[in-house]
Amino acid sequence: MSETYSVILVHSTSHAIRAEKVLRAAGIPCKMIPVPRHISSDCGVCVRVGRADVDAARRALEAAGLEIEDIRDI
Amino acid sequence: MIYFDNAATSWPKPPQVAEAMMHFLRDVGANPGRSAHRTAVESGRIVYAAREAVCELVNAPDPLRVAFTANVTVALNMALWGLLRPGDHVITSSMEHNSVMRPLRALERKGVELTVVRCSPEGFLNPADVQAAIRPNTRMIVLNHASNVAGTILPVREVGHIAHAHNLLLLVDAAQTAGAYPIDVQADGIDLLAFTGHKSLLGPMGTGGLVLGPRVDVSRMEPLIRGGTGSRSEREEQPDFLPDMLESGTPNAVGIAGLEAGIRWVLERGVEAIRAHEMALAQRAIDGLRAIPGVTVYGPLDAARQTATVSFNIAGMEPSEAGLRLDEEHGILCRVGLHCAPAAHKTLGTFPVGTVRFGMGVFNTADEVDAAVAAVEALAREARR
Ligand SMILES: Cc1ncc(COP(=O)(O)O)c(C=O)c1O
Repeated sequence: MSETYSVILVHSTSHAIRAEKVLRAAGIPCKMIPVPRHISSDCGVCVRVGRADVDAARRALEAAGLEIEDIRDI
Repeated sequence: MIYFDNAATSWPKPPQVAEAMMHFLRDVGANPGRSAHRTAVESGRIVYAAREAVCELVNAPDPLRVAFTANVTVALNMALWGLLRPGDHVITSSMEHNSVMRPLRALERKGVELTVVRCSPEGFLNPADVQAAIRPNTRMIVLNHASNVAGTILPVREVGHIAHAHNLLLLVDAAQTAGAYPIDVQADGIDLLAFTGHKSLLGPMGTGGLVLGPRVDVSRMEPLIRGGTGSRSEREEQPDFLPDMLESGTPNAVGIAGLEAGIRWVLERGVEAIRAHEMALAQRAIDGLRAIPGVTVYGPLDAARQTATVSFNIAGMEPSEAGLRLDEEHGILCRVGLHCAPAAHKTLGTFPVGTVRFGMGVFNTADEVDAAVAAVEALAREARR
């Protein structure tokens, strides 16, 4: 079974780096990837997590005070 | 050669600083926060690591509330022009550098009210005088953490308590203290900390920044510069979030890589240990210089109340001549004159002649202090004839 993913969109690259650190500290596997073209025309990066981890990721980021722009399945 | 101009720019730098910059130029190179390929992300990580290093040094909680700038002057202008409006009142001290005084004088012409609280002839600020200057429309207190002329340390924490009790913002110019004297933005009550990278943080020129505390409402802040940030590229309005809001244009990422290495070096050595070393040098210089007939030393004359910056004059010799002869005859490099701070010189009684300034740093030694004192003694002896 191939894994399904979601991406967490944040304000900027700095925010994505911070998000990645918060998620790693919370033990949630994640990877920084370019924002998929069909989601946003922005030139930045976002953080990809497994779809099963989305709720835990959202909680961890909110607890760290990091604003989430959007979470989308890919 | 004895380098005693660390108050202007520190030198030498730890080797790790040049190595980090070489690594960036040779192996990374890409624009941070603009593209999404691997070296762009690596570049972004390097800049982010520097934000974390700044936070660790000054006990700031949020790396995203560190905005990098070209130097402390830009950071100070960013805070002053960004937050003060006509009709607001701002309080500062008479020991400020022109990087605070000139923007404040310009803002005054635009309708901002300004009170300059007078300090003692040693440069000391009485917090009660700040308290007494507060008006109903006071919005901010701006303070030089330590004088670049006489080294005098200003009572930031006491003023921080006053600022918070009156719901005012405290902006601190930490040019002379960041890396050389303990700073804790939370315990000190500093809402806006402006720092420069090329002094005691041991980084390269062209680096600095502004640390914004939680009490600063950025939705009420006007950016000094607007432009590309790599974020929100679909919009023609400036982003309203930090740090992007204050970081338009490609940053000095290679410099910031060096800055991070400098701060890491400071953290490893420990600010307390650096402070102890510099205090010993300062007291040695103060005592040595004061013992010379015809030499006047300015400021606290007490290393516990100042940084390792010591200003003095030799009777019968202009500072400019003393500086030239210290350089040419003794290989001692220091700064002479007014040090960009006319108000501070008026407070210390050294306007308009200025002073000779020994700016000692973490890499200086007691032997260098002794050699410099002996050189001043020789010049003073000649000037007495
Ligand atoms: C107290 C103080 N403020 C501001 C500055 C300006 O620093 P920079 O030239 O790095 O902006 C200096 C140093 O020159 C300084 O000593």
